[in-house]
Amino acid sequence: MAKPASSNTRAVTANRLRDGAVVFRTVTGGWSSRIADAETASSETDAARLLAQAERDAATAVVVGPYLIDVAEIGGELRPTSLRERIRAYGPTTPMAGVEAVPYL
Amino acid sequence: MYQYDHFDQEFVDQRVTQFRDQVRRRLTGELSEDEFKPLRLTNGLYLQLHAYMLRVAIPYGTLSAVQMRMLAHIARRYDRGYGHFTTRQNIQFNWIRLEDAPDALADLASVQMHALQTSGNVIRNTTADQWAGVALDEIEDPRIWCEIIRQWSSLHPEFSFLPRKFKIAVTGSPNDRAAVRVHDIGLRMHKNAAGEIGFEVIVGGGLGRTPLIGKTIAPFLPKQHLLSYLEAIMRVYNQAGRRDNIYKARIKILVHEIGVEEMRRRVELEWEGLRDGRLQLDASVVADIEQRFARPVYEKLPADSAEVALLRFKDKAFGRWMRANVVPHLQPGYAIVNISLKPEGEPPGDASAAQMDAIADLADAHSLGEIRVTHAQNLVLPHVKITDLPAIFARLQHIGLAADNIGQVGDIIACPGLDFCALANARSIPVAQRISRHFADAKLGAEIGDLQIKISGCINACGHHHVGHIGILGVDKHGEEFYQITLGGSAENAASIGTIVGPAVAYEDVVGAVDNIVRTYLDTRNADERFLDTVRRVGISPFKERLYAAA
Amino acid sequence: MPLLKNGRISEESWQPVGDEAPLPSDGAIVISFARFKAEPDRLAGRNAALGVRLKNTDDVRALADHVGRLGLIVLEFPKYTDGRAYSQARILREELGYTGELRAAGNVLLDQLLFMQRCGFDAFELARPDAELVWRKAVSTFAVFHQPTGDGRATILEQRRNALFEQRAQATWSGTAG
Repeated sequence: MAKPASSNTRAVTANRLRDGAVVFRTVTGGWSSRIADAETASSETDAARLLAQAERDAATAVVVGPYLIDVAEIGGELRPTSLRERIRAYGPTTPMAGVEAVPYL
Repeated sequence: MYQYDHFDQEFVDQRVTQFRDQVRRRLTGELSEDEFKPLRLTNGLYLQLHAYMLRVAIPYGTLSAVQMRMLAHIARRYDRGYGHFTTRQNIQFNWIRLEDAPDALADLASVQMHALQTSGNVIRNTTADQWAGVALDEIEDPRIWCEIIRQWSSLHPEFSFLPRKFKIAVTGSPNDRAAVRVHDIGLRMHKNAAGEIGFEVIVGGGLGRTPLIGKTIAPFLPKQHLLSYLEAIMRVYNQAGRRDNIYKARIKILVHEIGVEEMRRRVELEWEGLRDGRLQLDASVVADIEQRFARPVYEKLPADSAEVALLRFKDKAFGRWMRANVVPHLQPGYAIVNISLKPEGEPPGDASAAQMDAIADLADAHSLGEIRVTHAQNLVLPHVKITDLPAIFARLQHIGLAADNIGQVGDIIACPGLDFCALANARSIPVAQRISRHFADAKLGAEIGDLQIKISGCINACGHHHVGHIGILGVDKHGEEFYQITLGGSAENAASIGTIVGPAVAYEDVVGAVDNIVRTYLDTRNADERFLDTVRRVGISPFKERLYAAA
Repeated sequence: MPLLKNGRISEESWQPVGDEAPLPSDGAIVISFARFKAEPDRLAGRNAALGVRLKNTDDVRALADHVGRLGLIVLEFPKYTDGRAYSQARILREELGYTGELRAAGNVLLDQLLFMQRCGFDAFELARPDAELVWRKAVSTFAVFHQPTGDGRATILEQRRNALFEQRAQATWSGTAG
């Protein structure tokens, strides 16, 4: 369901070109793998400005495919609102226990 | 196992060099992402949610122990210590860095492996019966022909920008284990009245948004014409396949729209000009390829082992594993061992580097150095002495891969889903894990018997949900994960597409729904009737009524 | 449009003439396939080089009786991902025996040059100052090829077969044949 766009808080995410890692556009104009470092925009104008800056980094081969995501402050932490973006921010939800812990004879 | 000659080696080495240059141009910014994307895709490199994903080809699912160890090395050196075996008999690594990808491919090339044709709108990795060469019912080993197709399709200059991806499967047995009727082209080897072996050519099958069962375009194609006929089909498709709508671009839509008769007419027209040309397969060249498969040398052994038969009886766990996972081999005294990559509650198809190494060691010690990957995301040791079975079982228990559930409720096929895949709408792996755990707790697997559950996280159907006895398709409803359930699908001889049982259920309710369906089956079945046969006999109504009764 | 022809940057010598424009009486011209089909007599009366530009949905076999008098055929790649013109090229070269210039127009990228050359293209609209260098690199990326096309390269299967024949012949000469 479309929420009124103006009430959304947004951040910009992308994948880093050289390794594909999930990154967020920071307040200092860099990219961080922690969403806590992300710069947020609460108006359409600010969001568009943020995305335009990020797209310059896509053109200069720093990141790939920047886009805006909805975020919200939950429990004092900045979090993506969609499941897909939470999985990108925090990793797969599937337990990978024991991946390195297989005993040899 | 097929052994490369210097031509094959030179080809993959040059491919690595080419890709290294393409990656360099991308990292320096000379290539834009738009320009680079199809180049990396044709080398199996996707950009997924968390990182680049490298899909490595395992042609027709056959691997040597040496190659398996290399996959373990790739997992450790360039990834996070594990890999995911796919429904196309390939393996995917989920955490690859772009800057490392050329080195990973160079390492793979050193053991005669590559990532050619694993992505993009090209002819993809050709799949085959995972028991090729050892199955009791086999007419001819399909892998020779898969290898010939692999070579012909690799970097094909005319067919590298097709309307959409293109998948071919070959079976050499009357019992189809390669799902040839749900492929863009399916090839079924059989004997004609004169006793010659040739191909039934089936075209236009497929899953995805519009699941269709393929149609026979040529009932008997002599072997020497295989490539010219395939080239004729590809040429018709390349020119007439739809390019205006990605969901209508597969060859199945073309065949569906113009009809198989018209398709045959067009193909035969193209074929006329190609049939007697350079694509005609010379018997000596085919024999040369066949010879480079270096047939396993078996020992002369007694057909049975009294000791193993006794152990089967005494050790219940071993007996259960034998019944579910071990099948007869064409060579007396040998068996085919299926290794389930579906331990209770684990992600389907995943194997750690340590497990890969351990399986490579098992293959060297007990399976003439050979391993197979199945399209059900399991592994196979294809040449095992019956007397070695207890030792193999013990070792598999030790590495956590002794699950005795092949073909049963726990042997779930699942795509990576929203946990990894950029296309997915919903998660697949945790759904599979929950179902697996639920039925393991209930200890119902053996009692339920044959039951294939297949889960896809989106309509692209990498988890083959349409042909699951129970199919589960993840959909996004206003940002929530929902799952549409189908019943009665099958990819085997009498292939069928599953029927939607009713409204989609929420993530939390999937396990309950599957449990409900299974219990309806247990209450409805005739003695020894398989789940699929019960659904075919009674239809979906009894399942539907009970499933939605509570709602 | 800068042109790479037989591996060299070349001057354009063909004049495109629109569907409504009058036909110049001399000089090499390129017209659309639609016009080519519509005005056979007037075109036959012209005593100068003629080229045709096809869309990738046009049936190239309609040119079967005309390829001998065409000096240029232009095929289009509206997007590099649209590969229909590869098939058109092979039909023109290998089935219809067309020997004139076969030009790739539109979205032509260096990573596709080898595929195009293998299918019979010998001229490319390629806007790069380093086009010649790029071309030499592209066509020498691979030294071995799997598919028989009209480009004259021997395939790996053919090389294997020749090697088998040679082995047999040598075995016969040295008297070790069974």
